[in-house]
Amino acid sequence: MTPPNPVLRRQVIAIYKGYQAACPPSMCCVRADGYPELLYLGRDYPLGYDYFRPRLHKAFMSKAGERDDEAIKKGLAHAEFVKKDATADPFRRYYLKRYRTLRKRYDPDA
Amino acid sequence: MSALRILVPVKRVIDYAVKPRINKAMTGVETVGVKHSMNPFDELSVEESVRIREEKRAPGGVEDICTISAGPAKSQDVIRTALAMGIDRGIHVELKEGEELEPLTVAKLLKATVEAEKSNLVLLGKQSIDDDAGQTGQMLAGLLGWPQATQASKVEFGEGDSVLVTQEIDGGVETVRAKLPMVVTTDLRLNTPRFAKLPNIMKAKKKKLDKKTLADFGLTSEKKLKILKVTEPPVRQGGGKVEDVGGLVSKLKELGAL
Repeated sequence: MTPPNPVLRRQVIAIYKGYQAACPPSMCCVRADGYPELLYLGRDYPLGYDYFRPRLHKAFMSKAGERDDEAIKKGLAHAEFVKKDATADPFRRYYLKRYRTLRKRYDPDA
Repeated sequence: MSALRILVPVKRVIDYAVKPRINKAMTGVETVGVKHSMNPFDELSVEESVRIREEKRAPGGVEDICTISAGPAKSQDVIRTALAMGIDRGIHVELKEGEELEPLTVAKLLKATVEAEKSNLVLLGKQSIDDDAGQTGQMLAGLLGWPQATQASKVEFGEGDSVLVTQEIDGGVETVRAKLPMVVTTDLRLNTPRFAKLPNIMKAKKKKLDKKTLADFGLTSEKKLKILKVTEPPVRQGGGKVEDVGGLVSKLKELGAL
């Protein structure tokens, strides 16, 4: 198996565990904005961290063999999307919930 | 190009998240001690009217945005919410506790208000989540003899008082164009309503709120329809499992399907 692209590998670990984990301490590249990563965000998951962590791990492991750069970039974009959903501000989430409830109520196929 | 004078009718309904309970007399839904809020569809029209002004979408500008609600004294909360979201002033038509208006009465009431306030655009929710009649906007357009665009998912303004309204239909969108004055009813995907910020809530308390009664409009809450009975939907019957193909066949025969 070909070795993974080191730049993308670091990015994948960064979005999974954080920038600290992705880089050796000598190569300090912690982002100044302290942007939270998926593993950290999962601590507040409604069904509990124990539910969230193995599933997140599985999601990453299922694509561990991926060597196509474009596919990895797509996966990274998906991870960003999941993160955005988890960090959306509470008001937006409230409206999203209401919107979905009402849509389902009036359109059973939705 | 005429400046817009928008009228935004709102209704106070049982909050969407509350599971309604039927009262003991089986004549309606229990409303005492239940959380109420603004009808979500009306909230969309409130937001849209404020956005039309903020985004300077109308070429003639927006002169005035007025909201109206008919209901018990507590309906004022809903009007204040609308004012806090950015509407200029409100009208409260006070009804007695438990008094309900039919869509036709509401449409007549709105017609009188439109004439008094010289509104040229009425933005209202397509339906309320309590009665789900979905008639008021259409009836109002009929009474006024104005064009109507229902279930709007996008509202744009063009040259010479024309308004372009996009509505979502099965498998696509439909765009209708009409000239002001007109009636537009809002659908769920039109916008995302804002949360009123505290300073705006404080300011809303000082905004003008006129109190009126149905008699001022020469109307009564007399009903043309009579509710006979309100019941819960039937409870879903659970399915059963069969052991094997033979069991399935005999079950189907038993039910008369084979």
